[in-house]
Amino acid sequence: MTKSSVIQVPPKGGFSFDLSRRNAMLQQQGAKLPKYRKTGTTIVGLVYKDGVILGADTRATEGEIVCDKNCEKIHYLAPNIYCCGAGTAADTENVTDMVSSQLALHRYATGRDSRVVTALTMIKTHLFRYQGHVSAALVLGGVDVTGPHLHAIYPHGSTDTLPFATMGSGSLAAMSVFESRYKENLTREEGMEIVSAAICAGIFNDLGSGSNVDLCIITKEGKEYLRNYQQPNPRSYTRSKGYDFMNGYTAVLSTQIRQLRQHVQVLEGDRMDEE
Amino acid sequence: MSITSYNGSALIAMVGKNCFAIASDRRLGVNFQTIACDFQRIFKIHDKLYIGLSGLATDVQTMHQRLQFRHKLYQLREERNMRPETFASLVSAILYEKRFGPYFCEPIIAGLNDDGTPFICTTDLIGAKQLAKDFVVSGTASESLYGACESMYKPDLGPDELFEVISQALLASVDRDCISGWGGIVHVVTPDQVITKTLKGRMD
Repeated sequence: MTKSSVIQVPPKGGFSFDLSRRNAMLQQQGAKLPKYRKTGTTIVGLVYKDGVILGADTRATEGEIVCDKNCEKIHYLAPNIYCCGAGTAADTENVTDMVSSQLALHRYATGRDSRVVTALTMIKTHLFRYQGHVSAALVLGGVDVTGPHLHAIYPHGSTDTLPFATMGSGSLAAMSVFESRYKENLTREEGMEIVSAAICAGIFNDLGSGSNVDLCIITKEGKEYLRNYQQPNPRSYTRSKGYDFMNGYTAVLSTQIRQLRQHVQVLEGDRMDEE
Repeated sequence: MSITSYNGSALIAMVGKNCFAIASDRRLGVNFQTIACDFQRIFKIHDKLYIGLSGLATDVQTMHQRLQFRHKLYQLREERNMRPETFASLVSAILYEKRFGPYFCEPIIAGLNDDGTPFICTTDLIGAKQLAKDFVVSGTASESLYGACESMYKPDLGPDELFEVISQALLASVDRDCISGWGGIVHVVTPDQVITKTLKGRMD
């Protein structure tokens, strides 16, 4: 009688909970969980006359430390649909990548351009399935055959369909700008000006947002991704001379050099006798 | 006590002119007791791709074994080495798979593309990738490391100067952290050669 053994099957995708028990045991013993990288963030979206304008700041934080001064928070979903992400960085990146792949497959299957509500439904069903543990708050915007659309998606899976939306820790600062200046049928320049002003309000007033302003303007003709559209926080503390360390300054215990390219040496010699 | 400060670690990777350098400290401890001064945190995936792993030592070793396995499988199937960007995406996917029960390690990936341009990237413990053009840091001394690298880093350094800058940044930072240090090891990788040097640092 052979002892039944657990057969190791390769994972088919999705989350794996192998280490959950070990981690819970460590936490019970008093160890604190390390901080996930969050995107702090001010993200906004606005519907204007010809389409949708999305905006985001570019600071990523790990606890209280800024770990990335220029990260990208406006993610690609489809040629006509983009999504800004706030919350845990790994969650926003993976959710948007996953939905972007699913949308591409859907486009191949249906032979049509993606619609914003398709992306919306895919994202909200995924987030609701995980009951808010996948901590991604998104502003989804795009232009499809039915016109321009803008949605705000919350981590538990609820959505709002709005003419202007803000999410993230800087959302209140940005919303104050929108509430006072938004009107229907804005022109492109007015829309860009209001969105940058809203992001700048978040950058300067919210500690979790900072650095530069990214914009993405989507119309039915196409999209325009303006990375670092505004840089209101240039670095001001560079030392003009910098540090100069002489070669050999650092104390070294041992050195090993490994050649990567094979050096072929040609030696002069007599021709071999041929018989 | 935090899980990542159980063993202690410090890692930096920096970009130079057609080269990169990756450095780590060498201490392995259990809370405040030092167990080893020659712990390996930087692993070679192939000649032009290195990964440094900080955090809980057991997860460092497990991640290294899993990644080495995946890369060897890739080499057998594709008959070539993985490009650095691809490898970074692989690391990110493996970490995100364990989103709700993660490995307690924060990797730094450093590699040279085929055309000689350097690539560095770090991820947090659940796989959020962060690309950088200048330097990336990881470990318990990360706050000091950020400060030291911000002030000492200069773009377009050659291999020798890059070695000096990264070593000084590492040594300065681990001196301000009790649980990392006890020496250092630096690998400087150019398209032609890999120079590995062990550093003399404070052993306290």
